[in-house]
Amino acid sequence: MRRLEALTAIYPALESRVVVTIMGAVAAELQSIGHRPNFFYLQHAMGLASSMGLGIALCRPEKQVIVLDGDGSVLMNLGGLTTLARYRPRNLVHVVFDNESLLSVGGFPTATSTGSDIAAIAKAAGIPRTATVHDLEQFQGAFDQALQANDLTTIVAKVEAVGPAAFVTDLSLLENRFAFQRYLREDLKP
Amino acid sequence: MSPVSNTHSQLVYDALKACGVRLISALPETWLVHLIRLAEDDPEVTLVRLAKEEEGVGISAGAHLAGVKSAMLMQNHGFLASINGIVSCAQLYRIPLLMLISYRGEFGERDPWQTEGGGVTEELLRALRIPYAFLDNPSHVKHRVTKASTLAASANKPVALLLCRDLMWEDFEAEHR
Repeated sequence: MRRLEALTAIYPALESRVVVTIMGAVAAELQSIGHRPNFFYLQHAMGLASSMGLGIALCRPEKQVIVLDGDGSVLMNLGGLTTLARYRPRNLVHVVFDNESLLSVGGFPTATSTGSDIAAIAKAAGIPRTATVHDLEQFQGAFDQALQANDLTTIVAKVEAVGPAAFVTDLSLLENRFAFQRYLREDLKP
Repeated sequence: MSPVSNTHSQLVYDALKACGVRLISALPETWLVHLIRLAEDDPEVTLVRLAKEEEGVGISAGAHLAGVKSAMLMQNHGFLASINGIVSCAQLYRIPLLMLISYRGEFGERDPWQTEGGGVTEELLRALRIPYAFLDNPSHVKHRVTKASTLAASANKPVALLLCRDLMWEDFEAEHR
């Protein structure tokens, strides 16, 4: 399964939800399908996309939050899985695209290439719903179930280590940040 | 009984509440016990207990974008552990952070393991261009917390308040008996 195919498959569901992604291929590929003001791309701070998602999900329980994470980023913040599990935001779906490598910096293999199992780690951390999927059909099924389940879910999607031709897009970081804030706060206006 | 000042912890907590703080992330440390308990017992505040302090940067960023004012409680070693997140999330994306940092390793520190961190804390804050002030006397707590929060919001950047021994560790006798 390619990540771009997986993102394309769930794009209709992302359109109406709050989305936080990591940097690199995930951010560039989602933008290539179509940027929206409800999408935020954390273009650095590896590991913190899931923490940002947690902050949003706790503050706005009426909104469904989708975090699009990666194996390299999750491995930098494994403790964050225990914090997610501890507060168990039922409005958060955590997708981890696992290509077993740090693709955007040259494809160096991560520990998932030598057997570390992120879904098992997430389950052991206390995430109530976890799954590892290997093809598009399984991914779509697991994602749809997670949206229906109304409970914290981590889906590890095994994807090929293939990325976009370029990682820099024409969306500036601060433009994205302020538009996203405006979107999130729109319904707080009196 | 812990020599950590209950009264002064309450003063700091009340000042945070008065600024509109409604989410607090924290990692336990001796000087922060009362502040964390106050947050836990307060139905108006969401307390997020962390595994590592850097997570708090992401959580505060998410809360800010969603329109909720937050504060972070950490030891200075937690600040050291958060620096990448502070730079590559909060500063890169212009996110206000109100960081309350217990300033271990100052004059009077008795724990040998706390003595290195104190020597680098202010240098690092200056290197990162993070405005900071000391909370070392109850008379200025409310003012300084309010002003720090105001600057964080207007400048969209991290600010720090150093919780000092003279404020947090009230009982000198208890420490030295």
